[in-house]
Amino acid sequence: MPTDRIDIRHVARLARLALTDDEIATFGPQLGSLMTHVDALAKLDTENVAATAQVVPSRNVQREDAIRPETILARDVVLQNAPQVQGPYFRVPRIIAEEG
Amino acid sequence: MTAPYWEAVIGIECHVELKTVSKMFCGCPNEFGGEPNTKVCPVCLALPGALPVPNAMAIEYMLRAGLAFGATIPPHSKFDRKNYFYPDMPKNYQISQFDMPLTQGGVVRYWLEDGTRGECRLTRIHLEEDTGKSTHASADGRLAGATSSLIDFNRAGVPLMECVGEPDIRSADEAVAFLETLARTFRELGVSDVKMEEGSLRCDANVSIRKRGATELGTKAEIKNMNSFRSVRRAIASEIARQIEVVEGGGRVIQETRGWDEAAGVTHSQRSKEEAHDYRYFPDPDLVPIDVTADVVERVRATLTETPYERYARYVDTLGVDSKRATQLVDDAALAAWFDRAVAASDGKAQAVVAFVLGDLARLANESGTPLAAGKVTPEALAELVALTSSSAINSKAAKQIVETLWSEGGSAKAIVEREGLAQVSDRGAVEAIVDEVLAANPKVVADYKAGKTNVMGFLTGAVMKASRGKANPSLAQELLKEKLAAR
Repeated sequence: MPTDRIDIRHVARLARLALTDDEIATFGPQLGSLMTHVDALAKLDTENVAATAQVVPSRNVQREDAIRPETILARDVVLQNAPQVQGPYFRVPRIIAEEG
Repeated sequence: MTAPYWEAVIGIECHVELKTVSKMFCGCPNEFGGEPNTKVCPVCLALPGALPVPNAMAIEYMLRAGLAFGATIPPHSKFDRKNYFYPDMPKNYQISQFDMPLTQGGVVRYWLEDGTRGECRLTRIHLEEDTGKSTHASADGRLAGATSSLIDFNRAGVPLMECVGEPDIRSADEAVAFLETLARTFRELGVSDVKMEEGSLRCDANVSIRKRGATELGTKAEIKNMNSFRSVRRAIASEIARQIEVVEGGGRVIQETRGWDEAAGVTHSQRSKEEAHDYRYFPDPDLVPIDVTADVVERVRATLTETPYERYARYVDTLGVDSKRATQLVDDAALAAWFDRAVAASDGKAQAVVAFVLGDLARLANESGTPLAAGKVTPEALAELVALTSSSAINSKAAKQIVETLWSEGGSAKAIVEREGLAQVSDRGAVEAIVDEVLAANPKVVADYKAGKTNVMGFLTGAVMKASRGKANPSLAQELLKEKLAAR
């Protein structure tokens, strides 16, 4: 059973999703069938296919190091969709630990 | 502390903000500070549909940084998403590099204050983007007691290079020397300001201990929150001592993150939820791969000049400058370049040149607030002065006077000597006449000398120098004084 390979509670925690036991019972088999579908790819012969991270054939798409003032947003625009604002800042629930 | 029994093993990781004009993936300005949330755009705020485009200069800076330490530049590189949630990171992933960094390997050679040298291998340097900045909304601005945090995204998306060092470092002093060399080198390469106080250099240290001679690594603690070189030194020393105490007390070091408490002078366990990180890295589909051709590598390599370590080693090993003075020169690139020109002009008389550069000239520069390299003294004028001194054409008192005049007027040392009549009198007859005069004028002092008070020699030499208006060769004056006094 492909679901054996997924710790659905762990995946939910990583995605910050609070799933109920009922939801886990529902989504578990659904994810399992997705995995089964993806497993079809494993049957392909990739012996002569180079590992790839991108399907777009281009390389080295870069920009010159220059400021584009026209792209900078006004602060009231920046903050207009913030759930909470304090002065010029986004206000968020207290940060617990450092990360990254 | 039973230092000889235990050995510390330290690996440093540091984040360095690149000094580009614009951010890593968008055209917002890369500047420290400023009004909160005024240097942001749809890309660095992660608004839906906005797409990142890498800054070519940031990639070039990475190559410069890597090549300066002899890193390998792989022909293919890419960006990956590092997935985690944190409020100061707008996308809920950080664009970083996982398995194909822009530079791999390399060695950082460094030196300590006392002149001993060491080296630390680099694992890799990879390119990523910085996060926003959070402050805490309690009354005193500290995390404790805060109910919410405030976010400024001006820093979000600033190009950041992460340098990962191998665990080759064995002491707090070596760790600081390693970081200082990284900082000097990045500053000189022009890739970063490397200011710890502004956060453009941030570092963590992995510290463990083991019995001296052991080959396996002990359990490490990761030390964070070190905000200056001084705190790096103190934090690592304190953590080594703590681990030795734990182990000698029969305990076990546990793997954890510990924060340095500057005021208390100790590290504290940061009891964050210590679940193993699971970042689910995957290639960023918004960014196409980077190919770095051999031509590009060679073009960047050709722009590199002597590194600060190479300069230090040349000063000490080739020019015979002592470690402390060599470090002073290396720490000021403009001064070092000026010094090099003066040494070249003086036919390699580095010792005499460095004595002036870090002596009288440094004092004058300091007093006036004008750096030597921006002042009126040319390296050629100093070389002339050094030649005049070493050929005994002038004495050290005249040399001091000439330095002052060169500083305020510029020009040529020889011209000043002629104009001011400062040429040293080394003619035996001429100095002899002055010596006779001085002895005749000071019969009491002569009597004191004959009675055994030989310390009056200083007074007599001074009198001769004064009578010659500072121009007599002082060693000749002393020699003649001794001869004449002995004959009396």
